[in-house]
Amino acid sequence: MTYITIILNYIALLIISEAPEMALELRSSGKIYVVVGVLVIIFIGILTYLIHIDKKISKLEK
Amino acid sequence: MGEKFARQWWWKVLSILCVAYAITGGFLIEVPQRFILNESIRNLYFHVPMWFTMIVLLATSAVNAIQFLASNNIKYDIISIEAANTGTLFGIMGISTGMLWGKFTWGAWWVNDPKLNGVAIALLIYMAYFVLRSALDDQDKKAKISSVYNIFSFAILIPLIYVLPRLTDSLHPGSGGNPAFNQYDLDNTMRLVFYPACIGWILLGVWIFSLKTRISLLKQKKIFSE
Repeated sequence: MTYITIILNYIALLIISEAPEMALELRSSGKIYVVVGVLVIIFIGILTYLIHIDKKISKLEK
Repeated sequence: MGEKFARQWWWKVLSILCVAYAITGGFLIEVPQRFILNESIRNLYFHVPMWFTMIVLLATSAVNAIQFLASNNIKYDIISIEAANTGTLFGIMGISTGMLWGKFTWGAWWVNDPKLNGVAIALLIYMAYFVLRSALDDQDKKAKISSVYNIFSFAILIPLIYVLPRLTDSLHPGSGGNPAFNQYDLDNTMRLVFYPACIGWILLGVWIFSLKTRISLLKQKKIFSE
């Protein structure tokens, strides 16, 4: 029994060590927030532009 | 429903909130770990909503083309062309994001996959729609002929991207078999970001289309008043 558990544990360890590579470093260092921040700034810029156009058209429609 | 809806703000705010959630949550919330895909699995939140937005806008375009033919009111033709314009824009964004994603997961910018080829043909059909429109000078003739063409192109679009790819095997997820019943395609944690992302991008697309339409309608009014 114990042998089987040891072998199973070993296999489990092997599987864990071969997990798909994810950007864990980017996350733990917090640099991912830099990426998200950049995206948010771009999105806000585009939105301001869209809202501006929308208001302008509403004015013209009157 | 159009004009009032276009001036309302609640759905624009909803779109802003949803897309904002998608571009923050899309990077910060955990995703399932998969070989080959790795972190690029997050592209699902951005690549797929482009296509959904395209479908919604092109459907709007086809419906308005039918309405134009039924009523002969040029307003519907203007709505139809602007929806097709914006829809094609989202289609191009979908195809280019798909090519980039495919390069790093399938290893090539383009593979001869039924889904990819189908969508390329569909986009070309819509390109031909714009060419057709610009080739005709008389506005009534232009509206009539291009409306008929528009209805046909939408009728071809659906089998090209939703039916034919499912009849064969495909590299593209969601093709081959019946994707609606495939629980393995989408993880439950991903749905939490994916669905709001779809709603957000669709509404954002509709917003851009509504702005373009309002400008065109204003121009049309100006031509008539002069």
